[in-house]
Amino acid sequence: MRQRSLIAITAALAAGALTLTACGSRDSGDKGSDSGGTTVVIGVDAPLTGDLSALGLGIKNSVDLAAKTANKKKYVDGVKFEIKALDDQAQPSSGQQNASTLVADKDVLGVVGPLNSSVAESMQKVFDDAKLVQISPANTGPALTQGANWQTKKERQYKSYFRTATTDAIQGPFAAQYVVNDAKKKKVFVIDDKKTYGAGLASTFTAEFKKIGGQVVGTDHIDPDTKDFSAVATKVKNSGADVVYYGGEYPQAGPLSKQIKASGAKIPVVGGDGIYDPTFIKLAGPNSAGDLATSVGAPVETLASAKQFVADYKAGGYKEEYAAYGGYSYDAAWAIIEGVKKVVDDNGGKLPDDARAKVTAAVQNVSFDGVTGKVSFDEFGDATNKQLTVYAVENGAWKAVKSGTFTG
Amino acid sequence: MNELPQQLVNGLLLGSMYGLVAIGYTMVYGIVQLINFAHGEIFMIGGFGALTVYLYVLPDGTSMWVALPLMLVGAVVAAVLVAVGAERFAYRPLRTAPRLAPLITAIGLSLALQQAVWAWYPGAKESINFPEIAGGPFEIGSVTIQTGDVFLIVAAPISMAILAYFVMKTRTGRGMQATAQDPDTAKLMGINTDRIIVVAFALGAAFAAVGAVAYGLKYGQVQFRMGFILGLKAFTAAVLGGIGNIYGAMIGGLVLGLAETMATAYIADIPGFDQLGGQSWANVWAFVLLILVLLFRPQGLLGERVADRA
Repeated sequence: MRQRSLIAITAALAAGALTLTACGSRDSGDKGSDSGGTTVVIGVDAPLTGDLSALGLGIKNSVDLAAKTANKKKYVDGVKFEIKALDDQAQPSSGQQNASTLVADKDVLGVVGPLNSSVAESMQKVFDDAKLVQISPANTGPALTQGANWQTKKERQYKSYFRTATTDAIQGPFAAQYVVNDAKKKKVFVIDDKKTYGAGLASTFTAEFKKIGGQVVGTDHIDPDTKDFSAVATKVKNSGADVVYYGGEYPQAGPLSKQIKASGAKIPVVGGDGIYDPTFIKLAGPNSAGDLATSVGAPVETLASAKQFVADYKAGGYKEEYAAYGGYSYDAAWAIIEGVKKVVDDNGGKLPDDARAKVTAAVQNVSFDGVTGKVSFDEFGDATNKQLTVYAVENGAWKAVKSGTFTG
Repeated sequence: MNELPQQLVNGLLLGSMYGLVAIGYTMVYGIVQLINFAHGEIFMIGGFGALTVYLYVLPDGTSMWVALPLMLVGAVVAAVLVAVGAERFAYRPLRTAPRLAPLITAIGLSLALQQAVWAWYPGAKESINFPEIAGGPFEIGSVTIQTGDVFLIVAAPISMAILAYFVMKTRTGRGMQATAQDPDTAKLMGINTDRIIVVAFALGAAFAAVGAVAYGLKYGQVQFRMGFILGLKAFTAAVLGGIGNIYGAMIGGLVLGLAETMATAYIADIPGFDQLGGQSWANVWAFVLLILVLLFRPQGLLGERVADRA
């Protein structure tokens, strides 16, 4: 009896442990295959599994493409780029562990990621202490670069943190202007998921919406762990709102949109870049037609600069789509590659000992024509490219409606 | 417009689902005093069982009226097989071990099942769409009922009636009551307690599977993590109703579902409470209710009827 119980426990634990380790070790292999020269590793941190994996895998693949392109072109002489992708499962605690892992690997000279602003908060200090440059393709929380009091007093938080995405300080108001001026909706019900990204976006949207004459007829905060939004949907229906703004991500936004429509309120749900993914439409069902999302930048497909990226991505044979942040991830990785190139060139073709600090300094001054347009960073580490686009669900797919930027 | 009737219906629907899953916790606890934390995952396996039948067994485009009963069978078969397997290979060898050992095993099993589905079910690394019943919502007065909810409205009371009949009237059901009261004496009276325990696990799994099909139809998706939170809620419902008591599980589920919905809908309207309302606070209020109930009735709402717990 005793023996068999031990076997049972061990078997259960072993099965659990095996599957758990499987998710960590999948992408970190492939080392030691370099033949001569220096290897520089670009770390990637993104949710590679779980609900947000569609976005995360797009980030990983795009960074991989950038590294391969640099290797093929021999863009930096004598340096071979590799990627090391870690899964943060959209959890701040995993993000911080991954940050420590990447810092510990001496070959890592730059990191692309993460997807979530809340994860970024847990990583920034770890990277900054190690002077390791981090470029997020997707974080839109203004506080990450400009400090918690960004509305009144902007202050650079970490010298090693950059992003290629626009901030919610622009995205929220941009959406508000579109909803009031173009979609002609004046009564909004605002919902968020209380996370750094969602709550921040909802508040910048609300502020601008009120300023230009809109009325907030109700607010609610949802719990991202549940799927039952029927009570909230009933409140939305009875509030008389003609539009819903949701600050959050598509795993909740999809079912939320579906349940709001099912409750009888046939009004559009508007969200930010967090809901701009095909999965949103899949989860929200056919009634999602007319739902809107803003996302950073102009649509990658329409940019002349992006044609090469789209073609290369297809040729690369990646299983997953490049998704919403593919172009931004490629540009983020390329900014690191540019930084490494400058450091190597300045040091007579070799990596200096304090390469990490030098690469971080070099990234601050990069300027090149990337997939998404001109890539460079301002004094806070934010992208200077502040383009945004409104997308609408039409015939089961996102369609670009209007591009522009918020000018205040 | 008065939204109270709609919110009551929302709460009762959510509560019925909690109740269906809570039965599994309460029956197993009533008979072997084990809190089967893997029960949430049994629920999840039920959802994937139904999905497998729809995606891989039935031809494309099968009408839901034909598909639904078969999916229900698939869900019940998958959930019962896993639950009985878990009982046989994980819990039975530990029956005489200290209480903590099976509890830890249950948590391990829960993780293992979740990760197994994550790793091996095709496409399960993110949410998978669940088929839906066509047809618009039904309007009854000011209440809107979704087509997907009709299944839950029909299935939950029928399942509970069947369970009540089974436990009260059949030989096996009376055997379950006897085993719950005193396993040793029950054995002396000629009851095969091993078999009774298997039946308890299987029944609990079958009800969880019905709940899982309802979940899929209601929310239009299943995912490998769907059993975790719902399992916790169902366990809470079982404790609220009085763990060990099958009627308690049903009542506890309904009370919990109503409490969450009412908290979402109305707490924010109380002056001074606007920061404490809304859906993200619903869990807090549900647990406040649980604490209050346990303060005044530590045995749960119906916990005293020990005589017919099973």
